Amino acid sequence: MSDTLHAEDIRKHVRVYLIVFATLATLTVITVAVSYLHLPIVPAVIVALLIATIKGGLVAGYFMHLVSEKKVIYLILIITVVFLAGMFILFPSAHADQVGG
Amino acid sequence: MDIPYTVTARPDTGVYNAKIGVWLFLASEVMLFGGLFSSYVFLRVGAPAWPGMLHGEMYAHASEILNVPLATLNTFVLIASSVTMVMSWASLKLDDFKKYRLYLGATIALAFVFLIVKAFEYGAKFEHGLFPSESNFLAIYFVLTGLHGLHVIGGIVVNAYFWGPGAKMWKTDPDRFANRIEVAGLYWHFVDLVWIFLFPTIYLL
Repeated sequence: MSDTLHAEDIRKHVRVYLIVFATLATLTVITVAVSYLHLPIVPAVIVALLIATIKGGLVAGYFMHLVSEKKVIYLILIITVVFLAGMFILFPSAHADQVGG
Repeated sequence: MDIPYTVTARPDTGVYNAKIGVWLFLASEVMLFGGLFSSYVFLRVGAPAWPGMLHGEMYAHASEILNVPLATLNTFVLIASSVTMVMSWASLKLDDFKKYRLYLGATIALAFVFLIVKAFEYGAKFEHGLFPSESNFLAIYFVLTGLHGLHVIGGIVVNAYFWGPGAKMWKTDPDRFANRIEVAGLYWHFVDLVWIFLFPTIYLL
Protein backbone atom coordinates (compact mmCIF):
# COMPACT_ATOMS: atom_id res chain seq x y z
CA MET A 1 0.00 0.00 0.00
CA SER A 2 2.83 2.39 0.87
CA ASP A 3 3.93 3.00 -2.72
CA THR A 4 0.55 4.37 -3.74
CA LEU A 5 -0.19 6.64 -0.76
CA HIS A 6 -0.42 10.40 -1.12
CA ALA A 7 -0.04 13.16 1.44
CA GLU A 8 -3.79 13.65 1.79
CA ASP A 9 -4.30 9.91 2.47
CA ILE A 10 -1.61 10.03 5.15
CA ARG A 11 -3.29 12.98 6.86
CA LYS A 12 -6.53 11.00 6.94
CA HIS A 13 -4.58 8.07 8.41
CA VAL A 14 -3.17 10.31 11.14
CA ARG A 15 -6.68 11.33 12.21
CA VAL A 16 -7.64 7.65 12.38
CA TYR A 17 -4.52 6.86 14.46
CA LEU A 18 -5.52 9.46 17.04
CA ILE A 19 -9.07 8.09 17.25
CA VAL A 20 -7.67 4.57 17.71
CA PHE A 21 -5.34 5.89 20.44
CA ALA A 22 -8.27 7.42 22.35
CA THR A 23 -10.30 4.21 21.95
CA LEU A 24 -7.42 2.05 23.22
CA ALA A 25 -6.96 4.28 26.26
CA THR A 26 -10.69 4.19 27.04
CA LEU A 27 -10.85 0.40 26.71
CA THR A 28 -7.85 0.07 29.04
CA VAL A 29 -9.66 2.12 31.69
CA ILE A 30 -12.80 -0.02 31.23
CA THR A 31 -10.96 -3.35 31.54
CA VAL A 32 -9.17 -2.24 34.73
CA ALA A 33 -12.42 -0.82 36.20
CA VAL A 34 -14.27 -4.09 35.48
CA SER A 35 -11.50 -6.09 37.18
CA TYR A 36 -12.18 -4.23 40.45
CA LEU A 37 -15.76 -5.54 40.40
CA HIS A 38 -14.32 -9.06 40.97
CA LEU A 39 -16.88 -10.75 38.70
CA PRO A 40 -17.11 -14.57 38.81
CA ILE A 41 -14.33 -16.12 36.73
CA VAL A 42 -16.32 -17.03 33.59
CA PRO A 43 -17.87 -13.58 32.91
CA ALA A 44 -14.58 -11.96 34.01
CA VAL A 45 -12.62 -13.98 31.42
CA ILE A 46 -15.20 -13.24 28.71
CA VAL A 47 -15.16 -9.47 29.37
CA ALA A 48 -11.35 -9.27 29.67
CA LEU A 49 -10.71 -11.31 26.51
CA LEU A 50 -13.41 -9.48 24.57
CA ILE A 51 -11.88 -6.09 25.39
CA ALA A 52 -8.35 -7.38 24.71
CA THR A 53 -9.46 -8.77 21.35
CA ILE A 54 -11.06 -5.45 20.36
CA LYS A 55 -7.89 -3.60 21.40
CA GLY A 56 -5.67 -6.10 19.60
CA GLY A 57 -7.88 -5.84 16.53
CA LEU A 58 -7.55 -2.05 16.50
CA VAL A 59 -3.74 -2.22 16.81
CA ALA A 60 -3.43 -4.90 14.11
CA GLY A 61 -6.06 -3.32 11.86
CA TYR A 62 -4.93 0.31 11.90
CA PHE A 63 -1.38 0.58 13.27
CA MET A 64 -0.23 -2.55 11.41
CA HIS A 65 -2.35 -1.57 8.37
CA LEU A 66 -4.16 -4.91 8.20
CA VAL A 67 -7.43 -3.24 7.14
CA SER A 68 -5.91 -2.64 3.70
CA GLU A 69 -3.26 -5.33 3.30
CA LYS A 70 -2.46 -7.72 0.47
CA LYS A 71 -3.87 -11.25 0.26
CA VAL A 72 -0.54 -12.97 0.96
CA ILE A 73 -0.32 -11.34 4.42
CA TYR A 74 -3.85 -12.51 5.30
CA LEU A 75 -2.88 -15.99 4.12
CA ILE A 76 0.15 -16.06 6.45
CA LEU A 77 -2.05 -14.91 9.31
CA ILE A 78 -4.77 -17.49 8.65
CA ILE A 79 -2.19 -20.30 8.74
CA THR A 80 -0.75 -18.84 11.97
CA VAL A 81 -4.17 -18.66 13.62
CA VAL A 82 -4.91 -22.29 12.67
CA PHE A 83 -1.64 -23.48 14.26
CA LEU A 84 -2.17 -21.26 17.31
CA ALA A 85 -5.69 -22.62 17.79
CA GLY A 86 -4.31 -26.16 17.48
CA MET A 87 -1.78 -25.48 20.21
CA PHE A 88 -4.44 -23.99 22.49
CA ILE A 89 -6.70 -27.01 21.99
CA LEU A 90 -3.86 -29.51 22.41
CA PHE A 91 -2.68 -28.49 25.90
CA PRO A 92 -6.02 -28.17 27.73
CA SER A 93 -7.31 -31.34 26.00
CA ALA A 94 -4.31 -33.21 27.43
CA HIS A 95 -5.43 -31.97 30.83
CA ALA A 96 -9.05 -33.02 30.24
CA ASP A 97 -7.82 -36.45 29.18
CA GLN A 98 -5.84 -36.84 32.38
CA VAL A 99 -8.75 -35.87 34.61
CA GLY A 100 -11.31 -37.94 32.66
CA GLY A 101 -9.16 -41.04 32.23
CA MET B 1 24.23 -7.77 -5.40
CA ASP B 2 21.25 -5.66 -4.43
CA ILE B 3 18.38 -7.07 -2.43
CA PRO B 4 15.40 -7.20 -4.81
CA TYR B 5 11.99 -5.59 -4.19
CA THR B 6 12.91 -3.33 -1.28
CA VAL B 7 10.63 -0.57 -2.59
CA THR B 8 8.42 -1.93 -5.32
CA ALA B 9 6.08 -4.83 -4.68
CA ARG B 10 7.16 -8.29 -5.80
CA PRO B 11 4.72 -9.23 -8.60
CA ASP B 12 3.73 -12.63 -7.20
CA THR B 13 3.23 -11.60 -3.55
CA GLY B 14 2.05 -8.03 -4.14
CA VAL B 15 4.16 -6.66 -1.26
CA TYR B 16 7.78 -5.56 -0.89
CA ASN B 17 10.06 -8.30 0.45
CA ALA B 18 10.78 -6.85 3.91
CA LYS B 19 7.09 -6.75 4.70
CA ILE B 20 6.48 -10.43 3.99
CA GLY B 21 9.72 -11.26 5.85
CA VAL B 22 8.68 -9.40 8.99
CA TRP B 23 5.16 -10.84 8.88
CA LEU B 24 6.61 -14.37 8.69
CA PHE B 25 8.85 -13.53 11.64
CA LEU B 26 5.82 -12.23 13.55
CA ALA B 27 3.99 -15.49 12.73
CA SER B 28 6.81 -17.36 14.50
CA GLU B 29 6.56 -14.89 17.39
CA VAL B 30 2.83 -15.61 17.68
CA MET B 31 3.70 -19.28 18.14
CA LEU B 32 6.42 -18.47 20.70
CA PHE B 33 4.14 -16.36 22.89
CA GLY B 34 1.17 -18.60 22.07
CA GLY B 35 3.03 -21.60 23.47
CA LEU B 36 3.61 -19.77 26.73
CA PHE B 37 0.04 -18.50 26.88
CA SER B 38 -1.31 -22.01 26.36
CA SER B 39 1.05 -23.30 29.09
CA TYR B 40 -0.43 -20.62 31.32
CA VAL B 41 -3.96 -21.83 30.53
CA PHE B 42 -2.81 -25.42 31.14
CA LEU B 43 -1.21 -24.60 34.51
CA ARG B 44 -4.16 -22.49 35.58
CA VAL B 45 -6.98 -24.92 34.75
CA GLY B 46 -5.01 -27.64 36.55
CA ALA B 47 -4.45 -25.58 39.70
CA PRO B 48 -6.84 -25.94 42.67
CA ALA B 49 -6.59 -22.16 43.27
CA TRP B 50 -5.01 -19.26 41.36
CA PRO B 51 -2.64 -17.60 42.24
CA GLY B 52 -3.04 -19.96 45.21
CA MET B 53 -0.58 -20.53 48.05
CA LEU B 54 2.44 -18.29 48.33
CA HIS B 55 4.70 -18.07 51.42
CA GLY B 56 2.04 -19.88 53.45
CA GLU B 57 -0.75 -17.49 52.50
CA MET B 58 -3.72 -18.06 50.20
CA TYR B 59 -4.35 -15.60 47.38
CA ALA B 60 -7.60 -15.50 45.37
CA HIS B 61 -6.68 -12.66 42.98
CA ALA B 62 -3.48 -11.88 41.05
CA SER B 63 -4.04 -8.20 41.89
CA GLU B 64 -3.23 -9.00 45.56
CA ILE B 65 0.31 -9.96 44.50
CA LEU B 66 0.94 -7.86 41.38
CA ASN B 67 0.87 -4.09 41.07
CA VAL B 68 -2.13 -3.33 38.83
CA PRO B 69 -1.76 0.50 38.85
CA LEU B 70 1.86 0.25 37.63
CA ALA B 71 0.90 -2.27 34.94
CA THR B 72 -1.99 -0.02 33.87
CA LEU B 73 0.46 2.87 33.58
CA ASN B 74 2.71 0.67 31.44
CA THR B 75 -0.27 -0.23 29.23
CA PHE B 76 -0.81 3.48 28.50
CA VAL B 77 2.93 3.92 27.91
CA LEU B 78 3.05 1.11 25.32
CA ILE B 79 -0.14 2.27 23.57
CA ALA B 80 1.30 5.80 23.36
CA SER B 81 4.56 4.40 21.98
CA SER B 82 2.63 2.53 19.27
CA VAL B 83 0.99 5.80 18.25
CA THR B 84 4.32 7.67 18.12
CA MET B 85 5.79 4.76 16.09
CA VAL B 86 3.08 4.91 13.45
CA MET B 87 3.33 8.73 13.44
CA SER B 88 7.06 8.51 12.73
CA TRP B 89 6.28 6.45 9.61
CA ALA B 90 3.49 8.85 8.61
CA SER B 91 5.93 11.78 9.04
CA LEU B 92 8.35 10.17 6.56
CA LYS B 93 5.49 9.71 4.12
CA LEU B 94 4.75 13.42 4.54
CA ASP B 95 8.42 14.16 3.83
CA ASP B 96 9.00 15.60 7.31
CA PHE B 97 12.25 14.10 8.57
CA LYS B 98 12.41 16.32 11.68
CA LYS B 99 9.04 15.07 12.91
CA TYR B 100 10.07 11.51 12.08
CA ARG B 101 13.06 11.85 14.44
CA LEU B 102 10.89 13.46 17.10
CA TYR B 103 8.27 10.71 17.00
CA LEU B 104 10.75 7.85 16.81
CA GLY B 105 12.72 9.45 19.67
CA ALA B 106 9.49 9.57 21.69
CA THR B 107 8.87 5.89 20.89
CA ILE B 108 12.33 4.97 22.19
CA ALA B 109 11.88 7.15 25.30
CA LEU B 110 8.50 5.55 26.07
CA ALA B 111 10.06 2.09 25.68
CA PHE B 112 12.63 3.08 28.32
CA VAL B 113 9.84 4.34 30.59
CA PHE B 114 8.15 0.95 30.22
CA LEU B 115 11.35 -0.87 31.20
CA ILE B 116 12.01 1.42 34.19
CA VAL B 117 8.47 0.85 35.52
CA LYS B 118 8.94 -2.89 34.94
CA ALA B 119 12.26 -2.79 36.83
CA PHE B 120 10.48 -1.18 39.81
CA GLU B 121 7.86 -3.92 39.67
CA TYR B 122 10.45 -6.69 39.55
CA GLY B 123 12.49 -5.01 42.31
CA ALA B 124 9.48 -4.89 44.63
CA LYS B 125 8.80 -8.59 43.97
CA PHE B 126 12.40 -9.60 44.71
CA GLU B 127 12.43 -7.51 47.90
CA HIS B 128 9.51 -9.57 49.16
CA GLY B 129 11.22 -12.82 48.22
CA LEU B 130 8.87 -13.38 45.32
CA PHE B 131 10.96 -15.29 42.79
CA PRO B 132 9.95 -17.44 39.78
CA SER B 133 10.75 -20.58 41.78
CA GLU B 134 8.15 -19.78 44.48
CA SER B 135 5.02 -20.82 42.56
CA ASN B 136 3.60 -21.64 39.13
CA PHE B 137 1.89 -18.26 39.15
CA LEU B 138 5.14 -16.35 39.70
CA ALA B 139 6.99 -18.59 37.23
CA ILE B 140 4.55 -17.86 34.42
CA TYR B 141 4.42 -14.17 35.39
CA PHE B 142 8.19 -13.76 35.21
CA VAL B 143 8.62 -15.84 32.05
CA LEU B 144 5.88 -14.04 30.09
CA THR B 145 6.68 -10.50 31.25
CA GLY B 146 10.43 -11.23 31.03
CA LEU B 147 10.22 -12.47 27.45
CA HIS B 148 8.04 -9.48 26.60
CA GLY B 149 10.59 -7.17 28.26
CA LEU B 150 13.36 -8.70 26.11
CA HIS B 151 11.26 -7.88 23.05
CA VAL B 152 10.96 -4.27 24.26
CA ILE B 153 14.78 -4.13 24.55
CA GLY B 154 15.06 -5.58 21.02
CA GLY B 155 12.69 -2.89 19.75
CA ILE B 156 14.79 -0.17 21.40
CA VAL B 157 17.94 -1.48 19.64
CA VAL B 158 16.26 -1.54 16.21
CA ASN B 159 14.55 1.84 16.64
CA ALA B 160 17.71 3.47 18.02
CA TYR B 161 19.59 2.26 14.94
CA PHE B 162 16.97 3.83 12.65
CA TRP B 163 16.97 7.02 14.73
CA GLY B 164 20.77 7.30 14.52
CA PRO B 165 23.13 5.72 11.97
CA GLY B 166 20.39 3.93 9.99
CA ALA B 167 18.69 7.24 9.21
CA LYS B 168 21.40 8.06 6.64
CA MET B 169 19.38 6.06 4.13
CA TRP B 170 16.71 8.79 4.12
CA LYS B 171 19.08 10.87 1.94
CA THR B 172 20.03 8.12 -0.50
CA ASP B 173 16.87 5.99 -0.71
CA PRO B 174 13.90 7.61 1.09
CA ASP B 175 11.23 5.12 -0.09
CA ARG B 176 13.26 2.15 1.09
CA PHE B 177 13.90 3.89 4.41
CA ALA B 178 10.17 4.58 4.91
CA ASN B 179 9.49 0.90 4.27
CA ARG B 180 12.10 -0.05 6.87
CA ILE B 181 10.29 2.15 9.40
CA GLU B 182 6.98 0.59 8.43
CA VAL B 183 8.23 -2.95 9.15
CA ALA B 184 10.09 -1.86 12.30
CA GLY B 185 6.67 -0.49 13.28
CA LEU B 186 5.01 -3.85 12.56
CA TYR B 187 7.35 -5.45 15.10
CA TRP B 188 6.81 -2.68 17.64
CA HIS B 189 3.02 -2.86 17.35
CA PHE B 190 3.25 -6.62 17.82
CA VAL B 191 5.12 -6.05 21.12
CA ASP B 192 2.27 -3.72 22.12
CA LEU B 193 -0.28 -6.33 21.03
CA VAL B 194 1.32 -9.03 23.20
CA TRP B 195 1.11 -6.71 26.21
CA ILE B 196 -2.56 -5.99 25.42
CA PHE B 197 -3.29 -9.71 25.99
CA LEU B 198 -0.69 -10.24 28.71
CA PHE B 199 -1.91 -7.41 30.96
CA PRO B 200 -5.53 -8.57 31.52
CA THR B 201 -4.76 -12.29 31.56
CA ILE B 202 -1.89 -12.13 34.08
CA TYR B 203 -2.75 -9.07 36.19
CA LEU B 204 -6.53 -8.74 36.11
CA LEU B 205 -7.95 -12.26 35.92
